[in-house]
Amino acid sequence: MGCGTCSTPSSSSGCRRRAEVAESLLVEDLRVLVGAVEAVRGVSFELGAGSRTGLIGESGSGKTLTALALMGLLPDGLRAAGRVLYGGRDLLTLPDDELCALRGDRLAMVFQEPMSALNPVMRIGDQVAEPLMLHRRLGRRVALAEATRALMRVRIRDPEEKMRAYPHQLSGGQRQRAMIAMAMACAPAVLVADEPTTALDVTVQAGILRLLDELVEAEGTTLLLITHDLAVVASSCDRVLVMYGGKIVESGTVGQVFDRPRHPYTRALLDAIPPVDEDLPDRHLRAIPGSVPGLGRFPPGCPFRNRCPNADGKCAEMPPLAVLGDHSLACWHPVEAGI
Amino acid sequence: MRRLPPALVAGAFLVGLVVLVALVSLVWTPHDPDHVIVPDRFRGVGGGEYLLGTDQFGRDELSRLMAGARNTLLVGIVTVVIAIAAGVPVGALAAFYRGPLEEVAMRASDVLLAFPAILLAMLFAAVFRPGTLTAMAAIGIAFVPVFARVVRGAGLQVMQMDYVTAARTFGSRGWWIVARHLLPNVGSVLIVQATIAFAVAILAEAALSYLGLGTPPPTASWGRMLSDSQSYLYQSPLLALWPGMAIAFSVLGFNLLGDGLRDLLDPKLVERLPAQG
Amino acid sequence: MTVAIATRLVALVASLVVASILVFVVVNLLPGDVATVMLGTNATPENVAALRHSLGLDQPLWLRYLQWAGGMLHGDFGTSVLSHTPVGPLILQKLTVSGPLALLAAAIALAVSVPTGVVAGVRYRRLSGAVLSALSLGGIAIPAFWAGLLLATVFAVKLRLFPAGGFIDWTEDPVAAARSLVLPAVALGLVQAAVLTRFIRSAIIDVQREDFIRTARAKGLTRWQALQRHGFRNAAIPVVTILGIQITSLLVGAIVIENVFVLPGLGRLLFQSVGNRDLIVVQDLVMLLTAVVLAVNFLVDLSYRLLDPRIRTAS
Repeated sequence: MGCGTCSTPSSSSGCRRRAEVAESLLVEDLRVLVGAVEAVRGVSFELGAGSRTGLIGESGSGKTLTALALMGLLPDGLRAAGRVLYGGRDLLTLPDDELCALRGDRLAMVFQEPMSALNPVMRIGDQVAEPLMLHRRLGRRVALAEATRALMRVRIRDPEEKMRAYPHQLSGGQRQRAMIAMAMACAPAVLVADEPTTALDVTVQAGILRLLDELVEAEGTTLLLITHDLAVVASSCDRVLVMYGGKIVESGTVGQVFDRPRHPYTRALLDAIPPVDEDLPDRHLRAIPGSVPGLGRFPPGCPFRNRCPNADGKCAEMPPLAVLGDHSLACWHPVEAGI
Repeated sequence: MRRLPPALVAGAFLVGLVVLVALVSLVWTPHDPDHVIVPDRFRGVGGGEYLLGTDQFGRDELSRLMAGARNTLLVGIVTVVIAIAAGVPVGALAAFYRGPLEEVAMRASDVLLAFPAILLAMLFAAVFRPGTLTAMAAIGIAFVPVFARVVRGAGLQVMQMDYVTAARTFGSRGWWIVARHLLPNVGSVLIVQATIAFAVAILAEAALSYLGLGTPPPTASWGRMLSDSQSYLYQSPLLALWPGMAIAFSVLGFNLLGDGLRDLLDPKLVERLPAQG
Repeated sequence: MTVAIATRLVALVASLVVASILVFVVVNLLPGDVATVMLGTNATPENVAALRHSLGLDQPLWLRYLQWAGGMLHGDFGTSVLSHTPVGPLILQKLTVSGPLALLAAAIALAVSVPTGVVAGVRYRRLSGAVLSALSLGGIAIPAFWAGLLLATVFAVKLRLFPAGGFIDWTEDPVAAARSLVLPAVALGLVQAAVLTRFIRSAIIDVQREDFIRTARAKGLTRWQALQRHGFRNAAIPVVTILGIQITSLLVGAIVIENVFVLPGLGRLLFQSVGNRDLIVVQDLVMLLTAVVLAVNFLVDLSYRLLDPRIRTAS
């Protein structure tokens, strides 16, 4: 991307910003409360510098709230507890002005619905240039020029023309590219992408994901990709976190979790994907019985109890997260390895 | 049982109070509101038998306030009934038939909207005789386009619903669909609009009575009581307070009631009505 | 875009024509007509006929309508039946009172409602916001003329800071003229401010919930910065759409307030003409005010289209 203060690309060793030590982001026992009810119930994970992690869950699992809590952007009425450590500081207790200095500059987020996430009465160029003017103190003309370059890098055709356009004049894919350009404008260290392709046509999705891949690779950005789509995680991420009922039930590398899932929920998710290359008549589609309970309606203990084929009385007590090397698991009765 | 919105409770309470006072005044007031006792004029508050004092003719202020409530409610009811009787059919038919009928109806209502209630009332008062009937007719007519638009807006939404399409597929006649599907579903929007219109009608009638173009004396009306009090600000300034407060509380009550009803009766349906003309 | 303006302009003209016909028909509906009313007890058939002829009332209705409408377009508003003076200059003269009154009231309304509404909207979850909201709710229930009466009682009768009524012409004593307008403008302005505050508060609350505000904060803007740079422009759109209604109610309020404070403006003229059944003046004034309302609504509609780029750039 290039930082705005000098023209050297930030991947070169000459840029002084790049000389900063890349930091990892550590989440410890994060909880998000909606009134008195916990929607995120004690989530812990680490995003190593430059890593690409996928956060998988269905709607109602708490994955979006986790992301918003990281950024300090929870809606009014919701509270976060726990610790989010970055650069030696707890983001949850940071004073407002310091958090604002980090957001957009070191921590950035891309949202799901590009039409509603962009200001409908402001031109694209102004919106993309805004973080540059804010954090790099660029004048308007310089920032707009830089923004045009940013639009080029996300492969929007006729960037000068699109700079003057309004969001409703762009296609869905172009809007999402513009949002990515906006988020990456200051070459952030951490990018949180909340279902960036869910609202887009399937044909457009692959392009957006490829774009994200390239940008993140080029800048060494730490990526947290939130989605319900397993295929997206498999192609774009190194590590995966599986969330259910406000808790992380399994985590590990993509290879470990997708090839040798240990948690019954993960196993069921993978089983539920219809096979493309096998003969269908021999395989039944395996749906997960029951449905995701509403907020605050999860059973005590393991949240997956009611729908789990392996559940028994012991599951009334929440299993601890057992760490086996890279692969972590919270289950009393994990799926046998190899099956 | 869902918790009722506080606005609804507060509004219902205030409105209920006004209705209660008006009903009670039909059978009893502390004194006869029209009874003139000149030696008793300008008694102050709590002057023995006159709780809120007396006016320039020695009439008991409290009794007149109570009687005034009758007038207020009467005007409100009649104007809203007129507006609904004319506005709802127009709006419903416009939503159902669309096309040129809708176009004409909406243009006509746009023109009528250009006449504010008080202006129309003054016009009527000049041409016909000023009085309660003229005032009510004018305010009622001025509200017709409001109801027509609101019903049309809600009606358009209803017409998009699948059950209406299904009914048409079955061959249901136009008026049947309007009566059985369209009207019941615009009911909630209508009630909200009616309470708000009631509040506006009270204000309009008060202004007209104040100007002497509404309810003629000796019938007690809050607006006229205010205009009377203006001549005697030196002798009894508090006389300017009570009728105004009565008006304000009544209007507040209906506004709160309207807000509360809107919160209760599916806010999503009511909120984003199409605003185009 | 120009097509949209043109169609609306045509609609405006059509509305003006229809409104004028309506006014004319209503005024001339009177079975026992103007002449009879004017002559009162002296109404012998010959006198009535003579007066009708001199007033032009024996001509066909449509002809009289065209004469009236055409006259207005040329600035000829007819002659007052009562004072026998031409109505046009009369209106202009009254305008020197009503115009400044309305403008001052509007200025007060905006100056009070914008900051109050914004604060009430930003702090809608806190006590200060709730208090402001409650105050505005109370404010809209207060009749403007009662507010004027109360202000007059306190500031004119008791404290003697401002006159309780009457008006000295601008040319004679501009300071006194201005002072006469203060209390009525404040009464009118504050009541309008209460209504506007509610709308502004509601628009601000709505806009804060929008996704693009969250995006702005994700870029590093504080809540307030996000509201300023992204929220206000969006919140202004729904507020502008109700400005037309607000201006209308301001004008109507001015009519009544002028009578509370006995200000010799258009409102007072209208009221007196109604009382005296000076139908020509009433006809002219009602038409004039209606035309102003229609014109204002047209302008507001136009500006709303300019404000919202989604409408402006739609092909």
